[in-house]
Amino acid sequence: MTDFGNATADLRKRLWEAVLDGDAYHATDVLHQGLDAGLERETLLLGVIGKVQEKVGREWAANRITVAQEHAATAVNERALTTLVPPAPAPPSAGPNRSRGRGRVAVACVEGEWHAFPARLVAEVLQLRGWQVDYLGPQIPGPHLIAHLHHTQADVALLSTSLPTRLPAAHAMIAACQAVGVPVMVGGRGFGVDGRHAGAVGADRWAPDARAAAAALEAGIAAPGPRAARQVVDDLPHLADQEYTMVVKSRSQLIERTLAGLEEHVPAVRHYTDTQRERTAEDYAHIVDFLATALYVDDAGLFTDFLAWTADVLDARSVSARCLVPGLHLLGRQLQDFPRATILLRHGAAAVAARPDSDPEDSP
Amino acid sequence: MLVVDRAGGIVEANDAARTVLPDVTGGDGPYENLPDWLTEAHRHMTGGLGATWAEPPSGAIGGRHFEAHPRPGADGDVAWWLIDATDRHLAEETLRREQERAAILSEVSSTLLSSLNVPRCMEVTARLATRHLADAAVLVAPAQGRRHPVTYAQAHGPAVRVTRAVDPATVPGLAEALQGFPPVPTRWIDPGAIPAWAIPEGFEGPVGSVTVTPLPGHGVPAGALILLRSSTVRAFTESENVFARLFAARAGAALSAARLYTEQAAVTATLMQELLPPALGGVHGVDYAGGYRPAQDSERIGGDFYDVHPGADPSQESLVVLGDVAGKGLDAAVLTGKIRNTLHALLPLAHDHQHVLNLLNAALLTSRHTRFATLVLVSARHRAGRVRLRLTSAGHLPPLIVRADGRVEESGTRGNLVGAMPAVSVRTEETVLAPGETCLLYTDGITEARGGPLGGELYGVERLKRALAECAGMPAEAVVERVQMLAAQWLGQGRHDDMAVIAISAPRPRPLTVTGGDMHRGHSGNPGRSGRPGEPGVPGDPGTPHERHGRSA
Repeated sequence: MTDFGNATADLRKRLWEAVLDGDAYHATDVLHQGLDAGLERETLLLGVIGKVQEKVGREWAANRITVAQEHAATAVNERALTTLVPPAPAPPSAGPNRSRGRGRVAVACVEGEWHAFPARLVAEVLQLRGWQVDYLGPQIPGPHLIAHLHHTQADVALLSTSLPTRLPAAHAMIAACQAVGVPVMVGGRGFGVDGRHAGAVGADRWAPDARAAAAALEAGIAAPGPRAARQVVDDLPHLADQEYTMVVKSRSQLIERTLAGLEEHVPAVRHYTDTQRERTAEDYAHIVDFLATALYVDDAGLFTDFLAWTADVLDARSVSARCLVPGLHLLGRQLQDFPRATILLRHGAAAVAARPDSDPEDSP
Repeated sequence: MLVVDRAGGIVEANDAARTVLPDVTGGDGPYENLPDWLTEAHRHMTGGLGATWAEPPSGAIGGRHFEAHPRPGADGDVAWWLIDATDRHLAEETLRREQERAAILSEVSSTLLSSLNVPRCMEVTARLATRHLADAAVLVAPAQGRRHPVTYAQAHGPAVRVTRAVDPATVPGLAEALQGFPPVPTRWIDPGAIPAWAIPEGFEGPVGSVTVTPLPGHGVPAGALILLRSSTVRAFTESENVFARLFAARAGAALSAARLYTEQAAVTATLMQELLPPALGGVHGVDYAGGYRPAQDSERIGGDFYDVHPGADPSQESLVVLGDVAGKGLDAAVLTGKIRNTLHALLPLAHDHQHVLNLLNAALLTSRHTRFATLVLVSARHRAGRVRLRLTSAGHLPPLIVRADGRVEESGTRGNLVGAMPAVSVRTEETVLAPGETCLLYTDGITEARGGPLGGELYGVERLKRALAECAGMPAEAVVERVQMLAAQWLGQGRHDDMAVIAISAPRPRPLTVTGGDMHRGHSGNPGRSGRPGEPGVPGDPGTPHERHGRSA
């Protein structure tokens, strides 16, 4: 390992301790020591802050930190990040004569996405590399993004989501950007670890990380042609079968009937408290949302991956994943007239049932 | 009808054929006096390929257009029946040209319609003009002051946009076009008289012909388009000029729409600036964070509002205000602006909340607005590691206080709303925040969010309290984000009221003096919003049946 490699590993360890401790001052100190030691800002952003943030997510999923620790760690990491990057240069007027150095890009999260950290890192890295970056953050409604693109004449829009369930929203946003002549690059786990959903929802590019995003921008992305204005079903003809539409529209009903079925078939559920019942309902809401998304992009892997991840999270909390199987069967029974949904649910239930059970005692 | 033998000699020609081709029978050699296209067709036939065309061979003879239909005869002779198809041919030619132009105009329209950005519209117009109309195009927009935005484009090149002082009078017809007069006929424009500024850099060869077309706008000219062809290419015909005018009409309409949108957007942005919620951070040893989501996602403002007015120095109290005006949308937002201004003016009296509220009440009662408002005033001061708060609710939901051990207390302050009755009577309550503790002010948009997994259920105060119990020790911005996130998840795609949240936190003690006290951040007007973890390898977030982490779904 190089000296810098050692140095970043050491900084990562110390930053992790600081964010876990909720200590923004210490976290800031750690990063500034990295700067003093001659590390590049980009290395600190991606090799230290980004890695620590990934660890925050992993540790939560593995049940090694609480939700409060996770939120506090994220806030602290973001505070430290803010002191690391120099303030953005005053944006030149949006008039026709603004200087175009490397170009101007807009970075935003897909509507409904709350995990803004990866987008923020990309925005900072691009800014360090000389791009004029408008970071619009999470929670930006589609119309605001489009108004921003009209106003600033951005060269490229970058959209991020960590949640596959945001793919339909991403699709709408991507099409809207392209319809106003702005190409779209996407990133984040929501598009699949290999970016396989990026093409399905019409993105011009997919980037696995901030450096790849910068490289793609430097290589140039052509503006979409006049035929970019299109309907959703033009990209995804299978949507004409209405399965996605029906699942989304009957979401509440599906969840309600599944819960009723569980009470009937699984004795333990009858003794749930109101809170437990509500949380179970939320779990099935997630399952239905992922089912709908898998129907949307027509990718069975999206649904089974989600179930596998859910099962891992349950295992980490000593809950048997097999408790999901009866619910999946109940959903399948309600959707038996929909061939694609039926296959997804059948495969999903089989995959969960085939998992080695860590704690059979817990199975309801 | 002509009969031609295998070698190309004319065997026979009837009267009609001799009328069309008077010299056809007078030749000596093969194919003499036959039109080239017919010669070629005959060779095709006799060369063993036969009559394999999808369409019969056709071509010009003496200014008219003929189709030739072959009938093979004995010994390789071919009888060619010539049919005059001039009218049909003309009609087809015209149709094809019109279809091509319709396709171009459709492309032009959809390309131009896609952008409401004026510079981009100008670039697109110039580029499309070089693709379909001319070798080079120069778009001159109306002057801004003394300078004109000028966009240059050449075939196969990018568009270049500059703003320069140019004299339109130096191009014949340009000044008139920019004033909206009818176009000057092309033949009146001397290509040699075109000044250098009106020719794109790198234009090859001398200019052969020029047209200047006005871009009609919404009653006023949107600019003028100069089209140039080099001398090696034929001059513009009248029909091409007509087409250029159609093109210009579409470009002018698109440019005008873009200009109108830009002006309106600028007006809106200026007026809205005062009404947007402020960016918050740390002030005098107290951390503040706020979050706002208007009822209509297409708006940025609504009937909820908040402000933090820092004390003159750290020994003075800062005043935090969060409120909710009856109604939503722009009308409500305008009233929030008035209330915020009034409260700002009343800051010197902030030591007495009831007095401030009564003055505000009086101001609202005498204004032409008939709306009322609820609000919370909180005076906060940092002292020896703790934050002392004085809280007063005027008809608003009581603030919630998250203690370090996870207990969530509801403040006991109560009072009437403002703008409804002649006087406001309130009860102020005091409390102290230890390091890591947070006081949360929120509007009913949060607790009255309707949704949940089964739909239609209210989020409610109890759920909010349970969520806050998990927020003990969290920084202010993380608490605000969590509350906003849970409310948004609860709503799903449902409709909602304006939602505002503000967190006041006592920061954990700092070991050293550090620069990070104030967390404002100027990324093109957006405060650096606190993010959520990246979580690679996390395809989603189900939570568990036994434990809820309430993350995004």
